[in-house]
Amino acid sequence: MHADIDFSHYLKKTGAGLVHLDLAVEGINCAGCMAKIERNLSTIPDVTSARVNLTDSRLALEWKAGAVDPTLFVNRLAELGYKAYPFERDDAETLEARRAQGLLRRLGVAAFAAMNVMMLSIPVWSGNVSDMLPEQRDFFHWLSALIVLPAAAYSAQPFFSSALSALRARGVNMDVPISIGIVLALAMSVIETINHAEHAYFDAAIMLIAFLLAGRYLDQNMRRRTRAFAGNLAALKAETATKFISPTEIKTVPAAAIRPGDIVLLRPGERCAVDGNVIEGRSEVDQSLITGETLPAMVTPGSAVFAGTLVRSGTLRVRASAASGGTLLDEISRLLDHALQARSRYLRLAERASRLYAPVVHATALLTMLGWLAWGASFHDSIVTAIAVLIITCPCALGLAIPAVQTVASGALFGSGVLLNAGDAIERIAEIDRVIFDKTGTLTLPELDVANLAEIPDDVVRLAGRLALSSRHPVAAAIARYAGAASPLPDIQEEPGQGVHGLHDGRPIRLGRPSFCGADDLANEILCRDPEASVVAFSHGESRYAFAVRQRLRPDAAEVVTDLVRMGVAVEIVSGDREPAVRLAAETLGVHEWRAEVSPVDKIDRIEELVRQGCKVLMVGDGLNDAPALAAAHASMSPVTATHMSQAVADAVFLGERLAPVLAAVKVSRKALRLMRQNLWLAVVYNVLAVPIAIAGLVTPLIAAAAMSGSSVIVMLNALRARAREAV
Amino acid sequence: MEVLVFLVPLALALGFVGLLGFLWSLKSGQYDDLDGAAWRAIADDEPASDQGRSR
Repeated sequence: MHADIDFSHYLKKTGAGLVHLDLAVEGINCAGCMAKIERNLSTIPDVTSARVNLTDSRLALEWKAGAVDPTLFVNRLAELGYKAYPFERDDAETLEARRAQGLLRRLGVAAFAAMNVMMLSIPVWSGNVSDMLPEQRDFFHWLSALIVLPAAAYSAQPFFSSALSALRARGVNMDVPISIGIVLALAMSVIETINHAEHAYFDAAIMLIAFLLAGRYLDQNMRRRTRAFAGNLAALKAETATKFISPTEIKTVPAAAIRPGDIVLLRPGERCAVDGNVIEGRSEVDQSLITGETLPAMVTPGSAVFAGTLVRSGTLRVRASAASGGTLLDEISRLLDHALQARSRYLRLAERASRLYAPVVHATALLTMLGWLAWGASFHDSIVTAIAVLIITCPCALGLAIPAVQTVASGALFGSGVLLNAGDAIERIAEIDRVIFDKTGTLTLPELDVANLAEIPDDVVRLAGRLALSSRHPVAAAIARYAGAASPLPDIQEEPGQGVHGLHDGRPIRLGRPSFCGADDLANEILCRDPEASVVAFSHGESRYAFAVRQRLRPDAAEVVTDLVRMGVAVEIVSGDREPAVRLAAETLGVHEWRAEVSPVDKIDRIEELVRQGCKVLMVGDGLNDAPALAAAHASMSPVTATHMSQAVADAVFLGERLAPVLAAVKVSRKALRLMRQNLWLAVVYNVLAVPIAIAGLVTPLIAAAAMSGSSVIVMLNALRARAREAV
Repeated sequence: MEVLVFLVPLALALGFVGLLGFLWSLKSGQYDDLDGAAWRAIADDEPASDQGRSR
């Protein structure tokens, strides 16, 4: 199927006559795969480089321009048992990767400076208690300054710039006390060195920078990794569109290559990959991914269609548009902007801690100085002691306390099939006390399922499946899949909008609408029992059967709902689908609170009503109609099959057929939040122990260095406890 | 203590070389795939008949 993908959009010329292609490869998970793929592909003549990236499950290929058809690589990988799709790094991912690399470079500079300064500091510390000459000590201090000042000026820039922008916005963040601490410590050390004093804190300052950068890097790297994985998922969906390259000629191109204004052909059974307006043709379409409504709708020229729409009966020509004129999308974008603004006001745990922390620390330092002055100490000694208080309280452990837990917890979530989109997702998911599920595509699987297979004889099912292979209708496709059919029947005609018919064993055979097969009575019987189902009838000679095709609940949905309730989380269903369908799902799952036929605006209203009652809501949904609610809720999750917009606003995306990742996300996040709080308390305890020593004026550079690294290591070790994975 | 005249610049120069080495390794993409790098180190060498290791 992917043989007809047009690769030209993804090929990059690298100069020297070489072409570069990036592939996202599904199923690379061990060193064996890596070696197998690299060895096999590099035996293709004219391939100059084939390198697997195991962390990101990607493969970078380079070959001589024009020598190899890129399809060959995809086919070769398929022979080896891997599905591969071309992909393009999006802007967000490139940015995250560049930031992560920048932080790593600064961390390297700070760490090397810290190591070299330590080599100079240890002689000074031991010399102070033995017989070092003051000139030698000064010389070592000057050397330290020579190393630390440029290193700090370069590597501490992220803190300085973030502190400056916070101050400019008249706020305080964690970086303000950090920057003040670093600048004061360095300034004091330089002045003390000029005055031939005994103590300088160059080593403490640069070590602090290195530890804090390590925390930042962990945080950034986690984000980069999620982005990369999300990029792979987008590539593995391999969305293509059939584009008119001239009024009469069509070509299959990747959806990413479609520009606004392009005209796209949609055939029955295809899922639309772009937003746009119908310019020609009529068809029934399944908009369940977008509106949650499972009954098909009719589109005619002028109607808006959205990415994710499934075409059921007719062929359509659609003009792709960037900002569709469709009222639904307009309204959703407006609601979304509003909801996202509200969310940006959420204060992260680290910010809340720093709002408390900065004033307390600075007041303590000031009081120390005033206290010593009142006690009769010299102005110089009072200031030195006050700065020592700032250095010892500088939030080394605080800077690591949260990123370290987040990194470990997001690794654990990754293992359970949950990808985090937002940096503060863990904190927000941990706080929720109510889950609102959308029904269609979230509690149910996006693919259709035949519900009454057991009531129909096996040989009939097999025959119907073979007949269904001749139809592109998605409901017929579901029957073919469930029957495991592989060989289509010969000489079958399709009646558009009705079904397929032909001859088999000398008797007429039909599959399609109940009226087409004369099975209206059977169909009504099924619809009375299960109003949500689509009925497909099958007739062979005189015998008639009706298949009930419907969306199936995720296999573990009921267990997950029970477990959530047991954890004290209230569960509710809010769906855009019809009432009988929602009631049936709610009854099957044992959910008492449910709402049906809810519009996007009403979904937000319901969430706001709950917020007023003091609830913190986790919204789980997939449709375009859920996007504003996902943004408005305290936290949100989407299945990986969701529309682009929903995935982009959700805090987390979960993979696979099961609903268990939602439960895992809540459990792991709660545990992680507990560890974050513990870590903050550990940092507080450390300060309570260390600050009195600093206030008393007893802190030497040796004590500062030991205290700083000691507290950081303790916090890191505590964070590793989040690794113990929840049994899911 | 004249030995310091040699030792201190030598130590600083070595530290600087280490830093340059780190920056070079970062620039040449050696930190892009940490999981893969861990396995490459213990991967079996290919038979001599092949044209060296696949790059």
